Amino acid sequence: MSTRSNLSRSQPPLLYAPYRATVRRAPTKPLLRLPAALSDLEVPVYGWWPIGETDNDLTRQHPNEPHGQRIIVAGRVVEETGRPVSGALIEIWQANAAGRYHHVKDDHPAPLDPNFTGAGRTVTDADGRYQFTTIKPGAYPWRNHDNAWRPAHVHFSLFGSTFRTRLVTQMYFPDDPLLPYDPMFQSIADERARQRMVSRFDLALTRPEWALGFSFDIVVRGPDSTPFEERV
Amino acid sequence: MSDETACVATPSQTAGPFFHLGLRPQPSGRAGERIRVLVRVTDGDGRPVDDALIEWWHAAETEENSGPAPDSQVAAFARLPTRDDGTCELETVRPGRTPDGQARHINVCLFARGLLRQLHTRIYFAGDPALESDAVLSLVPEHRRTTLLARPDPAVPGRWLFDVRLQEPHETVFFDI
Ligand SMILES: [Fe+3]
Repeated sequence: MSTRSNLSRSQPPLLYAPYRATVRRAPTKPLLRLPAALSDLEVPVYGWWPIGETDNDLTRQHPNEPHGQRIIVAGRVVEETGRPVSGALIEIWQANAAGRYHHVKDDHPAPLDPNFTGAGRTVTDADGRYQFTTIKPGAYPWRNHDNAWRPAHVHFSLFGSTFRTRLVTQMYFPDDPLLPYDPMFQSIADERARQRMVSRFDLALTRPEWALGFSFDIVVRGPDSTPFEERV
Repeated sequence: MSDETACVATPSQTAGPFFHLGLRPQPSGRAGERIRVLVRVTDGDGRPVDDALIEWWHAAETEENSGPAPDSQVAAFARLPTRDDGTCELETVRPGRTPDGQARHINVCLFARGLLRQLHTRIYFAGDPALESDAVLSLVPEHRRTTLLARPDPAVPGRWLFDVRLQEPHETVFFDI
C-alpha cells in the first residue's frame, strides 16, 4: 500500500520560482531532520470555541442569502494508510462568487457580498466525514505575473491528532481552465498528487433544485509517517 | 476513494494573504506564570512579513520542572497573525521541560503567503542552563544555534525577543518533523 514511491513528489518544494513570493521567503538551507523521539507532536485537537450551528453552512451566516451558485462540498479525511481521521478540525475560507475576499487587504474591484463572509469550520465524524454548504468562489486576479488569475479555490486547514497531520491546502474545481496557468497548482510535480487537490462533481451529493455537489477527500500524513525530506 | 490512490497525500498549498478569515486568532488559555515573546518575521530582504500566521504549542510546567506530567504534557496551543511590522506577541504560561529532559522551548509552526509548506522551528531561552544538554540543540550546527534563542527585551522587563529570519543572513533553523 504505502510505498516510498507512492509518497514521492506529492508535496511542493519550498522554492518554486514561478510563484514569485517563494523567492525571498523560502528558506535556503536544508531543513534539519528531527528524530521522531525528540519531536513534540502532541497538541490538543482544539481548545477552540465550540462549533456553531451555521459554521459549516456559509450560506446561512447572514440575514439574507449570498449571491452565487450554491454548492455542497463533502468528503472524508484519511491517513495515507487509509485509516479515517475522526474528530479533526477543518477550517475553510474563500472568496465570494465575484472573486472578492471579505478582507480589508483585498483590493480587487469586484463587489463584496454583505451576506457572505466566506469562512467555515467543522469537525470530522467517526468515519472521517465532513460536509460544508457554501457558494462557488469566483476566480480572482493576483499580481504574481502578467495577467495572473487564481483558479476558483477554497482554502482548507486541517488538524488531526498530532502536528504531523497538520495540513493547509486548497481545493480546486474540475475542468477549471485556469489550472494549467496557476503556479501554486503547478508547484506539485506529481500528477496524481495534483489531481488530489481537484474536487470531483458528484451527482449523488447534489441536492435536487438546490445545490450542486462536489466531493473532496483529503489524505493526511499518519502520526508515524516518514519525515518530509525523505520523501523524494 | 479507491485503495490505489488512498496513499497519495494531499499536497500542501500556501495559506495566502487572507487566512485571517478562516484561521482566527486563538489565545493561549491556561492559567499560570505568564511569559511574553515578541516574534518578528523577516524575509530575505530583511523586510517584515506582515501576512504570516504563527501557531505555537509547548509542554506544561510541572511541579518539579522535571518528570512527566501525566495528565497533559501540552500546556498550550495558540495562534496569532503578524502585524504590519512583521511582529506578533505570544503570551503564554512558562513552558515546562519535556519528560525526556529537553530545555524549555516553544514549538512554532509558521504559515504565510509565499510558503507552499508550513515551517517548523523552536524558541529556546538564552541563559537557560539546560541548553547545554538539550538533545535537539545538539543536532544544530553550533554557529546556527543562536538563531533558536530568544533574548530578554532590554526595553520591556519580562518580555523576550525572537527573530524568525526566513533566509540568510542568520537564517533561522527550520525543522523537518
Ligand atoms: Fe485564495
